[in-house]
Amino acid sequence: MKAKTQRLYLVVGALVALGGAGVLALSTLGDTATYFYSPSDLAAKGLPDAAIRLGGMVEQGSLVRQGQTVRFVVTDFAKTYPVTYTGILPDLFREGQGVIAEGRIDRAAGVFHAETILAKHDEKYMPPEVTKSLKAAKPAVGQVL
Amino acid sequence: MAVHRFANPARFLRIARVATPIVFALGMILTGAALYIGLFASPPDYQQGESVRIMYVHVPAAWLGSGGYFSLALASAGWLIWRHPLAAVAARAIAPAGAVFTAICLISGSLWGKPTWGTYWVWDGRLTSMLVLLFLYIGYIALSAAEGERAGERKGAAILALVGVINLPIIKYSVEWWNTLHQGPSLKLTGSSIAPEMLTPLLMSLAGFTLLFAAIVLMRMRAMLAEARVEARSRRLAEATA
Repeated sequence: MKAKTQRLYLVVGALVALGGAGVLALSTLGDTATYFYSPSDLAAKGLPDAAIRLGGMVEQGSLVRQGQTVRFVVTDFAKTYPVTYTGILPDLFREGQGVIAEGRIDRAAGVFHAETILAKHDEKYMPPEVTKSLKAAKPAVGQVL
Repeated sequence: MAVHRFANPARFLRIARVATPIVFALGMILTGAALYIGLFASPPDYQQGESVRIMYVHVPAAWLGSGGYFSLALASAGWLIWRHPLAAVAARAIAPAGAVFTAICLISGSLWGKPTWGTYWVWDGRLTSMLVLLFLYIGYIALSAAEGERAGERKGAAILALVGVINLPIIKYSVEWWNTLHQGPSLKLTGSSIAPEMLTPLLMSLAGFTLLFAAIVLMRMRAMLAEARVEARSRRLAEATA
């Protein structure tokens, strides 16, 4: 076998082994690499006492403002969880959009007390006129602008 | 093998001398037009408003950071397996350019994150794996420089470049494997979720920055080959006079 061919097999073999090791490592990492839990995760895995992040969509019509405090419901369209937060909200925070709340679960009250709120947006990009015409054509599209 | 024809440094230099200014000029024109349309003539986003314009720099930087790393790994494989001298030069030429684009991606993304997400930085899957990419580049540059100083073959650096390839699918699929703050992909082979008047400048910007990246790599390769030639010549001169 030529030295060249030998080196080629060596490199390919090493990369395959490395890839296998990577797959094993990633599958072990699994959920611990997740940045936030969905309401369904909370329902399935029980409610931890530690500080966690809860993420999902802000349910349409669930937002209530009382001075500096807001209440809303996070949904993943399977399960929901109520959240309270006092403070300044990010600009992109709105009903029907993604949100990640960092805080703790209050078991007694069944409420998630958020200390930080991050807005999560989706992968769609379009000009405002398009959504306006979409809304004009179909008022049921409930995007809050 | 056809690749051999381009692995000849003299032939490469002949082609690169002509190609470099053309690639550079095309890249400048395309990038300039893309940035003008992206920053001034394209519409704002229905959710994010004007801050969406960061996309026209952020997305090409992310593409060249990860695509640049892939070409760095290919060049390193070319050096390790086939001992093509040009592949070794190409790898060293690519690394700093890729690192700079990765840094631009991280910085522009951070500045974009504050007005949209409400934070400059989080340790989610996408952001963390992109930061790891920057560290891989820096590690490669440092290792390659250290090995070069001891007149080594830079095999260690080439192996590091190949090992780091495992990070590329992690970057790509981080937003699908795990819940992340970063949103999923907008550009896919099957289509995009970006309105046409925003997609056009984005694709122009991707093409323009890619040409600029290629021009930078060609310039660096030419400079490195010229440097090697000067060194060899002065060594011969010193030997002749000694």
